[in-house]
Amino acid sequence: MANIPPRGPDWRIRMAGDSAVTVDFGNVIDPDVNARVLSVATKVRSMGLEGVRDVVPSYSSVTIYIDPLCTAVDRLWGALEAALVSPLSGCGPSREILVPVFYGGSEGPDLDEVAGFANCSTEQVIRLHTAPLYRVYMLGFLPGFPYLGPVDSRIAMPRRSSPRLAVPAGSVGVAGPQTGIYPAVAPGGWRLIGRTLMEVFNSGLEPPCLFRPGDFVRFEAVSETCR
Amino acid sequence: MIRVLEPGLLTTVQDGGRWGSQDLGVPVAGPMDRVSHRVANLLVGNDPECATLEATLVGPTVEFLAETVFAVAGGEFELWLDEDPVEVNTARCTRLGGILRFGRRTAGARAYLALAGGIDVPLTLGSRSTDLASGLGGRPLCAGDRLDVGSGQSRKTVLGQSRKVIDLPNGGATLRFLIGPDVIRFSSEAITVFTHSRYRVGPNSNRMGYRLIGKTLNMADDSPILSSATPSGTIQIPPSGEPILLMADHQTTGGYAKIGTVITVDLAAAGQLAPGDWVTFEACDHGEAVAALIAIEQALWCLG
Repeated sequence: MANIPPRGPDWRIRMAGDSAVTVDFGNVIDPDVNARVLSVATKVRSMGLEGVRDVVPSYSSVTIYIDPLCTAVDRLWGALEAALVSPLSGCGPSREILVPVFYGGSEGPDLDEVAGFANCSTEQVIRLHTAPLYRVYMLGFLPGFPYLGPVDSRIAMPRRSSPRLAVPAGSVGVAGPQTGIYPAVAPGGWRLIGRTLMEVFNSGLEPPCLFRPGDFVRFEAVSETCR
Repeated sequence: MIRVLEPGLLTTVQDGGRWGSQDLGVPVAGPMDRVSHRVANLLVGNDPECATLEATLVGPTVEFLAETVFAVAGGEFELWLDEDPVEVNTARCTRLGGILRFGRRTAGARAYLALAGGIDVPLTLGSRSTDLASGLGGRPLCAGDRLDVGSGQSRKTVLGQSRKVIDLPNGGATLRFLIGPDVIRFSSEAITVFTHSRYRVGPNSNRMGYRLIGKTLNMADDSPILSSATPSGTIQIPPSGEPILLMADHQTTGGYAKIGTVITVDLAAAGQLAPGDWVTFEACDHGEAVAALIAIEQALWCLG
């Protein structure tokens, strides 16, 4: 294989071990960068290259898993370079998904702490969390877990220093500029401010995930009386 | 069909893994030692990625509810079929009602039991693998479980011949790795410490990853890293400075610094490590990694 993978003005291609290739756009949370990530992912999938096992987009990089005995790495580099310099392609229509949330109480045990962090009322935290239309940047961590952002900087409280052993399914949390929804019970360090009853992931359904990268999500506060 | 009489310490169903859904956050799972898993399948005449049982440290006792051919590959355990000793890496026939018992472990940590036709549990997202982290594909086996066996072998059984494809680690292993993207966050002293230190596989290690105990690595640049894809074999350095080696059930993405990635060939040996075993790391290049992979493929090809 050629020794040095190609690079562009704001991207570079590098190996991630012997069985994965990553296109890296830097270390940024930015909707335009993420749109380029998703565009490259869509193009690589549509190429149907032999030996490609998985295409995994994240905030600002996309990793292509290969069987190194089937895929000539330098040919994949070339295909990626072509995808990078051609016009953006969409990854299907973006959808806007409304997620009803019970904020506070036992559903959102960290709501008071986040209010303390923001130096405002819990009602104001809820207003700030429900105001934006969040972008689904990526899915990861757990099957179906959406990384959403950006969160209003006033309520962008960092993770807990020691994670909880079991965060209930449906919990809505904040970690710095990110917000997300736990699809299943799992250990986790995000600040939990509420919970939704929506099913985020079900391996028996097609598609199994409620969200796709590139979708938009708005949270809606559900009142006590709806319980 | 087989019946589990004793489950052992941790016995799970594993096939080639749940590929194609990592973009949804779904881990690949699959065997910890992919080479031995394939050896077991090839010996009984299966496709190499049919589902097998992965036994961990203490193996199970199973009863065969039909005449069949089976093989155990990978970690070396004392094995008995009824009262007869059985060698690992050897295909054997069994009568209906035969009982296979795993005894003392003498090398390695994990063994793969393949049956002609493959273990037939329902597919979840295209795979029969049990993913302990996310719960996809079921749970570890329990006493009394009955598992169907598929029909249809794709090749000839390799009866009665003991074959060995990988060397099992004996108390520890040197794992070759390729330099990772975050290596620039570490001082050259930290890299030297990493490649000259002997680590131990910590007690909190599991199918998701190994927590390595030893010299801590300080980062020169510890600014936050956004989550991105984490292939198997990725060596992450969390804020504590002690490396974590990502194994079969690892999460699809992670935000710890990636100092390197263990090459695919050496992940088989890594999968045979037990808590307390030592690990050292040795840098290599892509050409060496692929050449080693081709050598293993040739050995497997001769087997099948």
